[in-house]
Amino acid sequence: MNTLLSDANPAQEAAVLTRRLAIAGNPNCGKSTLFNALTGMQQKVGNYPGVTVEKKEGTFYGSQGQQMTLLDLPGTYSLQARSPDEAVSRDVLLGRIPGTPCPDTIIAVVDASNLERNLYLVSQILELGIPTVLALNMVDTAEEAGIVIDPEELSQKLGIPVIPLVASKRFGLIPLKQALSRADLPAPKFCAPMPPALAAEAQQIAPFIEAPAQAQFSEAILLLGLSEAALAESRHSSPELRVKIREAQQRLNSAGMDVCSTAVDARYQWISRICAETVRGTPNTGLTLSDRLDMILTHRVWGSLAFLAAMALMFFSIFTIAQVPMDWIRDGLKLFGSWVESQMPDNDFRSLVVDGIIAGVSAVLVFLPQILTLSFFLGILEDSGYMARAAFMMDRLMSRVGLHGKSFIPMLSSFACAIPGVMATRTIEQRKDRLVTILVAPLMSCSARLPVYGLMIAVLLPDTSALQKSGIMLSMYMLGICTAFLMALIFKKTILRSETPILLMEMPPYRLPSARDLLLRMKERAVIFLKRAGTVILALSILLWALITYPKPENPEAKGSEVIAHSVAGQLGHALEPIIRPLGFDWKIGIGLIGSLAAREVFVETMSIVYNVGQDQQGDGVETLQETMRNEKREDGTPVYTPLVCVGLMVFYVLAMQCLSTLAVVRRETNSWRWPAFQFVYLTLLAYVGTFIVYQGGKLLGWQ
Amino acid sequence: MNNTLLSHLTVGEKGRVLSLTLPADARQRLMEMGLTPGTECSVVRFAPLGDPMELRVRGYHLSLRKAEAEGVAIERL
Ligand SMILES: Nc1nc2c(ncn2[C@@H]2O[C@H](COP(=O)(O)OP(=O)(O)OP(=O)(O)O)[C@@H](O)[C@H]2O)c(=O)[nH]1
Ligand SMILES: [Mg+2]
Repeated sequence: MNTLLSDANPAQEAAVLTRRLAIAGNPNCGKSTLFNALTGMQQKVGNYPGVTVEKKEGTFYGSQGQQMTLLDLPGTYSLQARSPDEAVSRDVLLGRIPGTPCPDTIIAVVDASNLERNLYLVSQILELGIPTVLALNMVDTAEEAGIVIDPEELSQKLGIPVIPLVASKRFGLIPLKQALSRADLPAPKFCAPMPPALAAEAQQIAPFIEAPAQAQFSEAILLLGLSEAALAESRHSSPELRVKIREAQQRLNSAGMDVCSTAVDARYQWISRICAETVRGTPNTGLTLSDRLDMILTHRVWGSLAFLAAMALMFFSIFTIAQVPMDWIRDGLKLFGSWVESQMPDNDFRSLVVDGIIAGVSAVLVFLPQILTLSFFLGILEDSGYMARAAFMMDRLMSRVGLHGKSFIPMLSSFACAIPGVMATRTIEQRKDRLVTILVAPLMSCSARLPVYGLMIAVLLPDTSALQKSGIMLSMYMLGICTAFLMALIFKKTILRSETPILLMEMPPYRLPSARDLLLRMKERAVIFLKRAGTVILALSILLWALITYPKPENPEAKGSEVIAHSVAGQLGHALEPIIRPLGFDWKIGIGLIGSLAAREVFVETMSIVYNVGQDQQGDGVETLQETMRNEKREDGTPVYTPLVCVGLMVFYVLAMQCLSTLAVVRRETNSWRWPAFQFVYLTLLAYVGTFIVYQGGKLLGWQ
Repeated sequence: MNNTLLSHLTVGEKGRVLSLTLPADARQRLMEMGLTPGTECSVVRFAPLGDPMELRVRGYHLSLRKAEAEGVAIERL
């Protein structure tokens, strides 16, 4: 049908057909769930406020087949944005983002179990004068809580269509699409009733505001409610306008009105009247399941124990459940490697394929099951609603550091990968607090460290129980967390000094994580991981192999270490050796450190290539990497990988900033090279000093 | 003496907001989250280290620090 129409008059038809919709609403009310249900996309959802921090576009077809583009927006409690993610939502709705025209229609999503607070934003959205449909989401939760809302009545009171929904069960999508497809969707003509004096002043200022005519009045009310400091920061007001606003504020103040709160109060009074007529039923007052769970999970003693137990269980599964498929992958790849080796003539090309590509890539691939296990557990944390509790419990400690508990959420997200962690800092209101959180986020052990820890733990303790291995893993994670706190404290007291921000955080009820969401999350991690293995890691393995193989020593009989020592990589490693010798590292580890500057897991890959190319007798692919490493000797015959060196290496990787992608994201998020450069330097120094202390301190204490 | 500060309520106690004495921005944010004068709220719990506190207000749970709660005058119910 589309092609027929566009044959007739392509440009015009497309313009008529493509409507631009935006989904707006409070955080955590199910906007992304609805977006996914409508577009079939897989945007991240999670049960805590602040999951979505960017606008995301998708398309879907209306009930008559009209194409619509849909924008998913970050959640916000008010159009008066206070953090970068909220600013995105406000700017989209006011048409202030270049290249993103004002939406034709807004889907205002509200959480039916929490109607009053959700309607606050709706009252502001209605004033924009853009056709709006109210998506009354989570009616299932509301019903459980004993709340019944009359959609017809609500629709009449608000003057817009109201569609009850359960987005997570895709219930109500058809009526919603029908409502959205209506050509005659009326633009609301609504203004929250304001006290006359305030309304009069706002009317005066309105014409001077850069906004669609309809939205000027509500923007005027917003601006009048701003404090002096906030007003100075607002980018979209001219100096003349600011003077006008300040004068109006003074007039109102001297008449005894507190502008900041009057407008808010007026909206809530309007909301109370609406709810009195549309909300029926008797809300349950007893303890909900969430309340009961929280009695344990946020309990002084049980809460911390539960957290540690969950972490321990996670690592325990990494060393037990994940171990089985890891062995399969390892054995499979090893068989494959020896088969390829047997099929090819003995030349440099075979060495490239077998010792470079296969050895390198499979050394990393082996860790896929562990990474998926980690992402499964983190998914449960994010989908259940535990994240907000973690932030709640950590707030006291975080406020000692000078941040608020919400900063803990990006830090927890960084366990999967620092990149989403850095992105998640967009929910932090103050720029300096956000920077501090970005600076310390890479100290949280990400999943790319798992291969390094996994390898070093296997070298350190080949035969111990999974429990002990988990213990070591847990302590590495703890080291990262504690260092992150310490560094945050230092930054907040020195270069990024500012007041401790206030904390206001919604605590969502616990929800049962859906298996589908968890699987999707794991799939996404797997895809990212495999893509990296197929591109960056593969390319690096070719490069590393070449650096490790060429130039060859003059003596063609030379074998093993001698070949590597003569190569570019070997020379680099030797050049680095004086610097890293105090850490107990030899030049081969130096090659690994250089290799992993791009990404941490490349360390494992590099060591695999180093020890494969450097094999003294060709052709025995039987030894695993950790066995080779355990047998590795220095020139004086002592083992290279003593316990101290293994622990030192792990500490180095806890602290060092070895991830180009994170640096690139930090550069984008901070808009300058200064911060990523600083971050790289301080973390590398920290890693050096930390490892130095471990190795030299350990030796002083007489350890090996 | 039924009037007190929000931060002085104990777990399970209920109150009605009378007024907010806080810096303009903080006051506005608290109010936008639904803590307007006349609103009823109850204390659900305190965090393990004593701060912040979790409130039930307008049918949802909100956490805030005692420092801010000290600026909220309450009539005990
Ligand atoms: N019971 C119930 N849960 C829902 C419904 N819709 C969404 N959820 C759950 O609510 C949580 C939040 O959903 P999201 O879609 O991430 O919310 P959001 O509005 O995009 O949140 P932010 O991006 O943080 O602003 C998730 O755990 C969803 O599974 C619903 O209709 N009923
Ligand atoms: Mg979202």
